[in-house]
Amino acid sequence: MIPEIGHFALIIGLCLALFLAVVPAWGAWRRDPVAMGVAPSLAVGMLVFVGISFACLCIAFLQDDFSVKVTAANSNSLLPPIYKFSAVWGNHEGSLLLWALILCVWTAAVALLSPQLPLLVLSRVLAVMGAIAVGFMSFSLFTSNPFERLLPGMPADGSDLNPLLQDPGLIIHPPLLYMGYVGFSVAFAFAIAALLGGRLDASWARWSRPWTNVAWGFLSLGIMLGSWWAYYELGWGGWWFWDPVENASFMPWLAGTALIHSLAATEKRGVFKSWTVLLAIFAFSLSLLGTFMVRSGVLTSVHAFATDPARGMFILLFLAFVVGGSLTLYALRAPAVSSRVGFAWVSRESLVLVNNVVFLVATLTVLFGTLFPLFMDALGQGKYSVGPPYFNAVFVPLMALLVPFMGLAPMSRWKRDDTARWRAELAVPAVLAVLCAVTLPLVQAEYNLWVALAVLLAAWLVVGLVRDFWYRVRGSRSVSRAMRRLTPSYLGMVLAHLGFAACIIGVVATSQYSIERDLKMSPGDSEQLAGYTFTFRELAPVRGPNFVADEARIAVTRDGEPVADLAPQKRRYLASGSVMTEAAIDPGLFRDLYVAMGEPIGEGGAWAIRLHYKPMVRWMWLGAILMGMGAFTTALDKRYRRQRKAARSHATEALHGA
Amino acid sequence: MAPRLKLFAPLLLFAVLALFLFRGLELDPQALPSALIDRPLPEFTLPGLGEERDITRGDLLGEAALLNVWATWCVSCRVEHPYLKQLAERGVVIYGINYKDEDADALRWLQELGDPYRANVVDRDGTLGIDLGVYGAPETYLVDAQGIIRYRHVGVVDERVWQTILQPLYQELEPGGGG
Repeated sequence: MIPEIGHFALIIGLCLALFLAVVPAWGAWRRDPVAMGVAPSLAVGMLVFVGISFACLCIAFLQDDFSVKVTAANSNSLLPPIYKFSAVWGNHEGSLLLWALILCVWTAAVALLSPQLPLLVLSRVLAVMGAIAVGFMSFSLFTSNPFERLLPGMPADGSDLNPLLQDPGLIIHPPLLYMGYVGFSVAFAFAIAALLGGRLDASWARWSRPWTNVAWGFLSLGIMLGSWWAYYELGWGGWWFWDPVENASFMPWLAGTALIHSLAATEKRGVFKSWTVLLAIFAFSLSLLGTFMVRSGVLTSVHAFATDPARGMFILLFLAFVVGGSLTLYALRAPAVSSRVGFAWVSRESLVLVNNVVFLVATLTVLFGTLFPLFMDALGQGKYSVGPPYFNAVFVPLMALLVPFMGLAPMSRWKRDDTARWRAELAVPAVLAVLCAVTLPLVQAEYNLWVALAVLLAAWLVVGLVRDFWYRVRGSRSVSRAMRRLTPSYLGMVLAHLGFAACIIGVVATSQYSIERDLKMSPGDSEQLAGYTFTFRELAPVRGPNFVADEARIAVTRDGEPVADLAPQKRRYLASGSVMTEAAIDPGLFRDLYVAMGEPIGEGGAWAIRLHYKPMVRWMWLGAILMGMGAFTTALDKRYRRQRKAARSHATEALHGA
Repeated sequence: MAPRLKLFAPLLLFAVLALFLFRGLELDPQALPSALIDRPLPEFTLPGLGEERDITRGDLLGEAALLNVWATWCVSCRVEHPYLKQLAERGVVIYGINYKDEDADALRWLQELGDPYRANVVDRDGTLGIDLGVYGAPETYLVDAQGIIRYRHVGVVDERVWQTILQPLYQELEPGGGG
């Protein structure tokens, strides 16, 4: 019964989405306030019904209702409840419903949190989001119904969730990632509303900025979690593979990074208007393209969902409609003449432009590399694969090129700046950065030029930020007064840029300094790695809720002092019989010790054991967390709230006037 | 170009992309160009990994064998490797094609993780890969005693792939093999 309620609720959700896509848009066209005014309630109603639908699917999983096809295929009665819950989105149908739910959350959030928006704009924005929701809900209902039953012939037990997905990181990774992906639909909807209204001014940039920043923050955190999961769950310590599915999430992030900077320039200075609109369309189009690539089977990937040509065709048509439609609208309505606002070459606008060019090139590079096998195949040129060497060779220099400009930007001025001032201001950071680059790598025995370069770039960013920060707060009598001088926008930028610096250090240090050894170890053996002694104390059988495992107990010491006890496991999951490696990690800010079990060797209880020493690997995830936090901080800016108050008093006046 | 026309450029680019994506739907990235199934393995003479002499097509004949394309840069190969060792222990003949890789890395890998291969062909420039139509590593071909390609699997060979697809074919070619 419950799955049918869910199915029915999703159908009602689709109907509400249809109304939302049509009625307010018609109202905006005819300037009919009643038709426009229903938009927020329709948005909230859509959230309620899709929420009910999603809750029903969760209940089916939690109650082990194996008459539901996706439950039977992706859950098992032995599965711990938390993984039964996350199994809801560990499959194509359920994750698509999650996509739709999150889209409804964003739509309702825009409806409820935007009292400052003119009704005309709000109704257009919500109508665009409603149209997107129609696409996704019909995709779910017509090609991948999550409530499909297996009646008669319901299995006695489910065939279990893929053990790789039975992991805490994977509980929140997809929701965060989708919050980011789908969040770009808000920026997209604002852009389309602005094009429809024909008024591309600073106000639409101001309205869409907090939404875009928050979405970008979620996407940063989602990608970070995915990388972290791959690191400890795949059992060999890698953290980024340039796999098509990873690229699918990374491209919107890159385009989104360009977008949040370009939006800033559009809001503050009224420049790059058409360009920013195009970027907003681009970022969301890449989210949709990512969905297409993951779910249509056009590319091979380790984590692609089970695919089906009908699904691929559906998303492709939807993609063509959304992207083709919006680009047509763009071509017809975007202002063709460049804005009258000018800026000098030496100015913050130019630096934003550098950011945009670098990130756009990076996006296109990743896009090209990801789709290259498909292009060649379609042209009859045979099968190709593009590996990490291509991506690294293009991506790393691009980012290195970005950083010198990135260090300049926080202290630069809009409109017109002066290179003499830059030289004066930046002499100290430059000298300090060089000093750091020369000295810090000396901590390691071998002087590594790549690390020196990374330290140079990161220090350039950090010292520049600290100096700028100091100039802004100095002379204040108290800390609280100093903080009041700084806007959340500024603090968010500082956090995010510091995060980027941490990422540079983390990525380069861990790539350059990691040590790994694959060894044959028997209980009682000791091995040395990077000054640590790993002693294989014993091998023990362990039983988990839905698996049995061999656990190696390994004591780590350094100079006789105990450091950690690590217990990696080799698990055999009961329902599927699949074997999984569960790595054991002793995390640290400056180094991770990472132990994974390979295969048993021979009869004497010996195992292949993989030991890793991973310096500063946490820095890149900490960096991504800082970026995410920075993005959330900017959304707290008073500027957006003041707007609301002003709008409200304005509305009251209008009411009294009438 | 008139300024308005310039704004159509993104739309045009997208249209081209969409055409490719449409074409992509009909193509199966995992499918072997059907020309190669039941056709002889292409001729080649390439160095052997860790050996002085070259390996030719003729060296691979005589028994039904798996031809496994791998590389140290390949994530999934690492996942696949332990299972290949199990298969080798069961007596399945496996030859490796070390694809676009560094010899030193490949030798270290085999030393550390174990060596399931009877011999390894070094395909540093991917020439044999092109002849075979290798899409990416890992990829595994089933070749019979006469050197005819019988099956191609793209992706990791694991218990499920072996039991459901490769083993039945292998036992047809080599009765009693691969217990």
